[in-house]
Amino acid sequence: MTGLTHLQRLEAESIHILREVVAETERPVMLYSVGKDSAVMLHLAKKAFFPARPPFPLLHVDTTWKFQAMYELRNRAAEAAGMDLIVHRNPEAEAQGINPFDHGSRHTDMWKTEGLKQALTAGGYDAAFGGARRDEEKSRAKERVFSFRSAAHGWDPKAQRPELWNLYNSRIHKGESIRVFPLSNWTELDIWQYILQEGIEIVPLYFAAPRPTVERDGMLLMVDDDRFRLRPGEVPVERSIRFRTLGCYPLTGAVESEAATLSEVIQEMLLTTTSERQGRAIDHDQAASMEKKKREGYF
Amino acid sequence: MTAYQPDALIAADIDAYLATHAAKSMLRFITCGSVDDGKSTLIGRLLYDSKTIFEDQLSQLEADSRRVGTQGANIDFALLVDGLAAEREQGITIDVAYRFFATEKRKFIVADTPGHEQYTRNMVTGASTADLAVILIDARKGVLTQTRRHSYLAHLVGIKEIVLAVNKMDLVGHDQSVFDAIVADYAAFAKTIGIERFTAIPLSGLTGANVTTPSPDIPWYDGPALLPRLETVAIDGDRAAAASFRMPVQWVNRPDLDFRGFAGLIASGRASVGDRVRIAPSGKTTSIARIVTYDGDRQEAIAGEAVTLVLAEEVDCSRGDVIAAAENPPEIADQFVARIVWMADAPLVPGRSYSLKLGTQLVGATVQPPRHVVDVNSQEERPADTLALNDIGLAEVYADRPIVFEPYAQGSALGGFILIDRATNATVAAGMIDHALRRAQNVHWQSAVITREAHARQKGQVPRVLWFTGLSGSGKSTIANMVEQKLHAMGRHSFLLDGDNIRHGLNRDLDFSEAGRVENIRRVGEVAKLMADAGLIVLTAFISPFKAERDMVRALLPEGEFVEIFIDTPLAVAEDRDVKGLYAKARSGEIAEFTGISSPYEAPERPEIRIDTTKETAEQAASRIVEHVLGIWSYDL
Repeated sequence: MTGLTHLQRLEAESIHILREVVAETERPVMLYSVGKDSAVMLHLAKKAFFPARPPFPLLHVDTTWKFQAMYELRNRAAEAAGMDLIVHRNPEAEAQGINPFDHGSRHTDMWKTEGLKQALTAGGYDAAFGGARRDEEKSRAKERVFSFRSAAHGWDPKAQRPELWNLYNSRIHKGESIRVFPLSNWTELDIWQYILQEGIEIVPLYFAAPRPTVERDGMLLMVDDDRFRLRPGEVPVERSIRFRTLGCYPLTGAVESEAATLSEVIQEMLLTTTSERQGRAIDHDQAASMEKKKREGYF
Repeated sequence: MTAYQPDALIAADIDAYLATHAAKSMLRFITCGSVDDGKSTLIGRLLYDSKTIFEDQLSQLEADSRRVGTQGANIDFALLVDGLAAEREQGITIDVAYRFFATEKRKFIVADTPGHEQYTRNMVTGASTADLAVILIDARKGVLTQTRRHSYLAHLVGIKEIVLAVNKMDLVGHDQSVFDAIVADYAAFAKTIGIERFTAIPLSGLTGANVTTPSPDIPWYDGPALLPRLETVAIDGDRAAAASFRMPVQWVNRPDLDFRGFAGLIASGRASVGDRVRIAPSGKTTSIARIVTYDGDRQEAIAGEAVTLVLAEEVDCSRGDVIAAAENPPEIADQFVARIVWMADAPLVPGRSYSLKLGTQLVGATVQPPRHVVDVNSQEERPADTLALNDIGLAEVYADRPIVFEPYAQGSALGGFILIDRATNATVAAGMIDHALRRAQNVHWQSAVITREAHARQKGQVPRVLWFTGLSGSGKSTIANMVEQKLHAMGRHSFLLDGDNIRHGLNRDLDFSEAGRVENIRRVGEVAKLMADAGLIVLTAFISPFKAERDMVRALLPEGEFVEIFIDTPLAVAEDRDVKGLYAKARSGEIAEFTGISSPYEAPERPEIRIDTTKETAEQAASRIVEHVLGIWSYDL
């Protein structure tokens, strides 16, 4: 039997998608959030176009509230890939000092949802790669690989196209754009196994280490810099923690863990009993939150 | 009830565990059946029993089961995958949902399609990437119309492995005679539509009998349970690897002058360094010099792998070409017979030019009126003039240039295509090539001794097609006639094709339906092209309401020879003039499908010339057109 392994098939499918978009669209861009899924997507892009550099820039929609370790890896990874890195911060959010402590869901709306729309419009991009996977959430199970957006970046669920075989229809009218998800068919375990197999560098925060933390509203938060506003009585406590997903540090819950290597992290993930997105405050807002955010233009 | 129970090896030796899992294969399958057959329960059960459900999901499931479940105090597995009702309320179209689970042997991707509405479209979409189909039957009901429909569609898209899951065996007392009767019934039907083999499994999604392990409830069945069957069935990719080498070129990789590689996904066969290959359609041969990957050069690569090939010689090769085994290249044709599944609300317009994507080739193509459509429930063939949403038909497809293909039965990579509407950009159909038309292979272009350039030179002019388009009564014929008079006076050789006159002769067999209008323009376009080949300046005055057809004519001609002239007269003005009294008749309903009143007019987006008849007289317009045409000449001659 000469068959390919599941990771080989997933890798080939993703590379095929990346190349189709580059061949058929005018101005593609890759959304790079510095998380583990982004790391895998960037790695696949390097493979797809080797020995050329991936022929599109990386776009980071920044909120100024990411973990310091993420900024550090972001700059290094873009440079190592030889790709242009575009960092966009919503100037209105910056001017109004929007932050996760005072502004709740407006923080996500303005920095991420609005910021993304601004960056895509400013760059004139007609296709944007994102690292979303179908296994992340029930509402994503039906998401297409190519997701079409109106000129105002809206997602019309009724205007999506059937996807047959590996034939993607990338034709759009002027001003419209496509979000493309090359990792659609990967699961969280696939991502981890691939990172292990390929030796892909990820943000050290995924590995357990002693870090200053406070416990708040049932979440374990890391005090990543001195902008963290301690409530009366809160004192940072050093705990051995790691993160299962990464976002804005005041909104991202850690888990207590001793898993300091990749295989230990995978081991802990497989032994654990809660699903991945629990650590993200964004999903707890409301039941169908992801669906709503997608309609508004969030990834 | 316990949720996720991890493998003991994970805790004991994670590296050993990961090593076994790194070697897993992947199976994609589709489940066919409705909620009534227990489909969601069965999928939920597979997810649950393969330990894919986490504690937080389980507690949610338990809460939901108590609240809205249909299984009393027990867990309602259907809730794990359903969520469809809520989506329907939100007005979201669900075509296919994909779910994932894994066992020690395989990773699985399940394509799940909702039951009834749009079933054909959805199932064909989900099945197009599946290696296997699980067809559910309710043991109490046996082989139903929908069973036949599901089986026909699975077979249509070429799924070779079919598992007949006879569900709800607990409700028929696990009776072997019930199972045997259903299997015999199905076998007789399967044979009639050409299904060569299937595996039948008696099971119960509700109790879990024969889902992951053999059940003591069904001692008379000695075959595999469902999951073991899914874990061991041969995967189609292996078959593809045994076929002849083909790789559609996706992208030419040219980082610098020293490197020129052809990136693609190997559709079938294997490639080794040194292999002789032929570039289709050009037919040039060369050999493989290098197989380049990010992880280093390879000696060999197989079907399903994404690679970059470097060829030994500098040959013309670009996106859309297919690199193939030199001794057994794929077929090339521009006309073929295909099975077409129509997926759009707007029906097929026979003769209209759609974009056709096959592999990495994108061409213009027209579809003829279908030879027949198939009733998906009875599998009977009936005549039809067109294809509507969810219709499956057999029809001839004419591409505007030869494409590289293989019959779908040999593989989907060069046999499956999609059709794209040029105006809306929507994917409107899926097609599967049956065979090329013999006449396409045998009718070769006759190369004329006197070339079109020679014809044009003799007349001392560059051929043009001046294509006047606009509403009825906009002034097309009037202005076109003036232009021709001016050209004639200047010694130019021209000919005017007028809509009304052509309808009296060449096109008198055509009606004014959308299909009739499309064919009308196609014929006029071909005639105009022949006249342009003869060196003439052709003027055409037709409403030609559809962009797709005007673009089709444009594509027939060399770059720059097609001059689109939009006679832009507002509807109110044209109707007010109503030179022929047609608008009055259309308004009174005497004329059906009248452009502007009861049939759309798609205005040109970027015509070469736009004439606003409310601002210019016909005389001024005609002079401007002549100047424009002569202006272009002065560059050419």
